[in-house]
Amino acid sequence: MEFYRAHILVCRGTGCTASGSEQVFEAFEKEIEKQGLSKEVKVLLTGCLGLCELGPNIIIYPEGTYYCKVKAEDVPEIVEEHLVKGRIVERLLYKERTTEERMRALTDINFYKRQKRIALRNCGLINPEVIEEYIANDGYRALAKVLTEMTPQQVIDEITKSGLRGRGGGGFPTGRKWQFAKDAPGDIKYVVCNGDEGDPGAFMDRSILEGDPHTVLEAMAIAGYAIGAKEGYIYVRAEYPLAVKRLEIAIEQARERGLLGKNILGTGFDFDIFLRLGSGAFVCGEETALLASIEGRRGEPRPRPPFPAVAGLWGKPTLINNVETFANIPPIILNGAEWFASIGTERSKGTKVFAIGGKINNTGLVEIPMGTTLREVIYEIGGGIPNGKQFKAVQTGGPSGGCIPASLLDMPIEFDTLTQAGSMMGSGGMIVMDEDTCMVDIAKFFLTFTQDESCGKCPPCRIGTKRMLEILERITNGEGREGDIELLETLAKSIKASALCGLGQTAPNPVLSTLRYFRDEYEAHIKEKRCPAGACKALITYEIIADKCKGCGLCVKVCPVSAITGERRQPHAINKEKCLKCNSCFERCPFGAIVKK
Amino acid sequence: MGVIKSVEELEKIRDQARELINLRKDNENKTRIVVGMGTCGISAGARQVLMAILDELKKRNLTNVIVTETGCIGMCRFEPLVDVIKPNQPKVTYVNVNPEKARQIVARHIVNNQVIDEWVIPNV
Repeated sequence: MEFYRAHILVCRGTGCTASGSEQVFEAFEKEIEKQGLSKEVKVLLTGCLGLCELGPNIIIYPEGTYYCKVKAEDVPEIVEEHLVKGRIVERLLYKERTTEERMRALTDINFYKRQKRIALRNCGLINPEVIEEYIANDGYRALAKVLTEMTPQQVIDEITKSGLRGRGGGGFPTGRKWQFAKDAPGDIKYVVCNGDEGDPGAFMDRSILEGDPHTVLEAMAIAGYAIGAKEGYIYVRAEYPLAVKRLEIAIEQARERGLLGKNILGTGFDFDIFLRLGSGAFVCGEETALLASIEGRRGEPRPRPPFPAVAGLWGKPTLINNVETFANIPPIILNGAEWFASIGTERSKGTKVFAIGGKINNTGLVEIPMGTTLREVIYEIGGGIPNGKQFKAVQTGGPSGGCIPASLLDMPIEFDTLTQAGSMMGSGGMIVMDEDTCMVDIAKFFLTFTQDESCGKCPPCRIGTKRMLEILERITNGEGREGDIELLETLAKSIKASALCGLGQTAPNPVLSTLRYFRDEYEAHIKEKRCPAGACKALITYEIIADKCKGCGLCVKVCPVSAITGERRQPHAINKEKCLKCNSCFERCPFGAIVKK
Repeated sequence: MGVIKSVEELEKIRDQARELINLRKDNENKTRIVVGMGTCGISAGARQVLMAILDELKKRNLTNVIVTETGCIGMCRFEPLVDVIKPNQPKVTYVNVNPEKARQIVARHIVNNQVIDEWVIPNV
């Protein structure tokens, strides 16, 4: 084997690929070849490093130097300076927002320092398309351990003791789920991985499947051994082509190596995994709908019980876990339940991956120990709110969750605290909102989503959410009526109580939580016909303050409908009849002379 | 690529595969060799020194060593300069290194843990 003195890891997750990491990768290969360094420097691809917003991201080892926003044109300079002369290319280093300091190593930056990567342990470290790299980092060792040293019951006991709870939304204790599936009578059982990640803004499952597909395969085989299943299915959305490709490669390699298939590691245990692609219906993330979809039927939920653990895929006992849940299994087996239980809080053990987005500086993927506060995540890891704006609320749990206001920023992130606050852990989407966000509008956005994704099987969800949406639309259009808030509350309560599946039961949550914390905004819309955040178009008008206007004419140039007129160097005026409320003039005016009312 | 038939075989493959990712882990606990690669170093033959070090490490199958480069440190007349930093030990700087000396440094200092006093930087 060659002695490589340096490894260049180029992130080839979806985020960085979209910003051009494929070209960067090719440029490195070409430049290394050209400089005659191919025997000393290796270029390889890796999974998501987390700071997707700054992509394409690369890391150069052994120093662990982290370069961001790397373009193909930068590559010759990096090779010449860093790899030939040993000089860091300062201008491409990450710059800490608060101190303006250029940081050399990824592990030194605030975004990373507070993280603890268990589910993401291999993302950004190994090449997901090479099984040996996974094996090198203790891959398939947990499977070897359970097959040779543990009974199925011992495996389940270990998972139960660890306190792991489902990471897909519900937070059901994983060990108990495994026990149900094991105890269910039947010769044929199945293990299913739920990779139908649908919450707007959530992409942790995709990143795990892209960056570390083998960990899911290994965990599913462990689960198969524990419950007595010989077959597993991964349900992943077709909209994740890269995840699908990496999974296909991983399954192929695991089969070639005999880590899937018959007589795994000579122990007599058989297990194989098949892929099923979903077409992207949100409801298929619900377990009974997901199973129906795998069977080739329409993706609609059915009443439970019977739970899938008793009657699941093709009526057989079936264990369904989410991608991130599975990614936690091999480390728990290898390091022990006590190790895992020592991380996190009393009732929420381990870590959770969050996809932070919205009005935040460091958009990306973070894995933090349970019990970290929202303030730490948003300000220390996330780097705060851009443009000096004020934090208003954070939305967690996607369309099933709710908005948490600034007064609860110091709340530790746990399953139970989030539920008490009227939101939920969900799959881990975290959308940050600033003062310019209208909470009624946000509630409308999420309800539009659930209404759109409602499968239509049960009336509370099909009709009830439609009526709620209509009320919200009328409120944001300035046509809200007295009694609308109460009507929303009544509808929300009956939908929660009567909808068939989780999608419907949780659909009113965004409305309820915004009503709980931002009721005054609803009232302002209805009673005063005013949008306090200045976001609802129907309720705002644009005006020019004559004293501030210098008559520069910039607003005239950007206005798409020529609604602004005025003499040069004289105060201008907006024709409100013509104005489209597109906000262009507001953004363009250098003197702050245009106001929204 | 063949089928892994037993747990022992998996362990063996893991030990071999470790080299693939070794460079990305626990680097703070490894011996560091730093070669001066400023213009002065390169013109004095630092590139050949670097190649000799890499070749020697490969021959001896040493994996707990990392090799990095650095720019000019201001003592151009002593180039090529090579630093050896063992964990928890003071840095040793060798001067006027050539490929042959470099191989010796790997053998005597890295492997046998003996500092080669006569090549160490003089107290100037």
